[in-house]
Amino acid sequence: MATEALSLKGVNALYGESHVLHGVSFALQPGRILALLGRNGAGKTTCMNTVVGFLPARDGDIRLFGESIARLPPEAIARKGIGLVPQGRRVFASLTVRENLIVAARSRKDGTRWALEPVFEIFPRLKERHAQAAGSLSGGEQQMLAIGRALMGNPSVLLMDEPSEGLAPQLVAEVGRIIARLKSEGQSIVLVEQNVKLALELADDVVLLNTGRVVFAGGVDAVRDDQALITQHLGVF
Amino acid sequence: MQFWVIQTLNSLALGGLLFLLSAGFSLIFGLMRIANLTHGAFFMLGTYIGVSALRVFPNLWLAALAGAVVVGLFGALLERFVLRSLGGNALGQVLLTLGVAFIISDLCLIVWGGDPIPVQTPDYLRKPMLIAGLPFPTYRLVVVVIALVTALLLWLLMERTRLGAMIRAGVDDMQMARAVGIPVSKLFTIVFCLGAALAGAGGVIGGPILSAYPGLDADMLPLALIVVILGGVGSLVGALVGSFIVGFVYTFGTALLPDLAYVILFLPMIFVIAFKPTGLFGKVSA
Repeated sequence: MATEALSLKGVNALYGESHVLHGVSFALQPGRILALLGRNGAGKTTCMNTVVGFLPARDGDIRLFGESIARLPPEAIARKGIGLVPQGRRVFASLTVRENLIVAARSRKDGTRWALEPVFEIFPRLKERHAQAAGSLSGGEQQMLAIGRALMGNPSVLLMDEPSEGLAPQLVAEVGRIIARLKSEGQSIVLVEQNVKLALELADDVVLLNTGRVVFAGGVDAVRDDQALITQHLGVF
Repeated sequence: MQFWVIQTLNSLALGGLLFLLSAGFSLIFGLMRIANLTHGAFFMLGTYIGVSALRVFPNLWLAALAGAVVVGLFGALLERFVLRSLGGNALGQVLLTLGVAFIISDLCLIVWGGDPIPVQTPDYLRKPMLIAGLPFPTYRLVVVVIALVTALLLWLLMERTRLGAMIRAGVDDMQMARAVGIPVSKLFTIVFCLGAALAGAGGVIGGPILSAYPGLDADMLPLALIVVILGGVGSLVGALVGSFIVGFVYTFGTALLPDLAYVILFLPMIFVIAFKPTGLFGKVSA
């Protein structure tokens, strides 16, 4: 079996006293999109925060292409090849669009796909606004910038935490096209989404979380066809 | 008329000195989220090092360079090996910087004694300049020019280099900066070293105006605090504007209402805290 792009094994995480991830295990295969789904508070974002090192795993292991990253600080994890498009975008508001991108730039030994020009190529809006403060961009533009910024690090695994959140339908479709395009280039992606429809369109594999536990892991078709599963773990009614 | 012109120029000179002191203070505060209470001691240590350097080679600018190098190095070591060990504990770090300030203060007393030591103005700057027909110490105008040139260089560093953008990214969102791979711990050392070096150089340059004396640290630190609260934490423009505001308020306050000088000094700060807690140019609440 090929090395997994990203794997979590028995990851426990705590916010202070409250246990938020209970032995979470799943694996992302290279070049695929794994959708991490669940209701609000299911632990999706916590999972992402644990992978990038914001919230260190209490125990368990996290591996990036076979190499353990579980105890590293966030900047080291980023340099190993994890790119994060965070929830709420979190662009550096006082920096210009261009500066947001160049502070995150990192080349890669096995071929550097992304740099300023290629990012501007897929996000022409960012090129137009390159000298503008990121804080003055619209929500959609900030989302493009957050994606571009993550790509500048030439990540081997891209984590996208609710990239469609708060966007107009047209922009959601645009974000979907970009994710599909990244996948077609072989980018491995973990996609956290509230927008189940979008996620099921894009994903190859699905992991369902419920109150900090993995309750389902499998191919996307199995989820699509299992209305009961969706209702039980994702439905609001 | 003479009074106003002279005091205006004095205000500008003090503002210039305060900028050299508080630019680093503000950057450290903005990036590392700690008020570095050693900053006044850095300034005083710089002055004393300048005093000793001038005994070896009688050139004030070389002495300022010596002050910058020694204090900058000290700052880098302090951050790397002492402050670092309390990472994440901001209160502990602030207390630690206060303790180090006391230690520096006592060591200066032991090494250089308790009597004020004057610092000579360079000969060629001793002749007063005539401004609007009034004589004015040339050196003070030079201090203003030095401060403005320093401000320009710092601005270029912060706004026109990748390093500067990384520092600002850290001020904006530290956690996210780390998540895109910015080596934040290196930035801490760089900024702390730079801030200390600026304070050290500022101490030497301020020497001919203030001279070296025990307690200089405690006189300067509150001024730096006020500048940063006024101007906004982590903002270079804020530090510049704040420095000149404090320079004017303090100089005119002392000249016009000496009994109320400190009241007048802290008054604008209270208004700023009440109406714009992030300072005039800042984003982070002090």
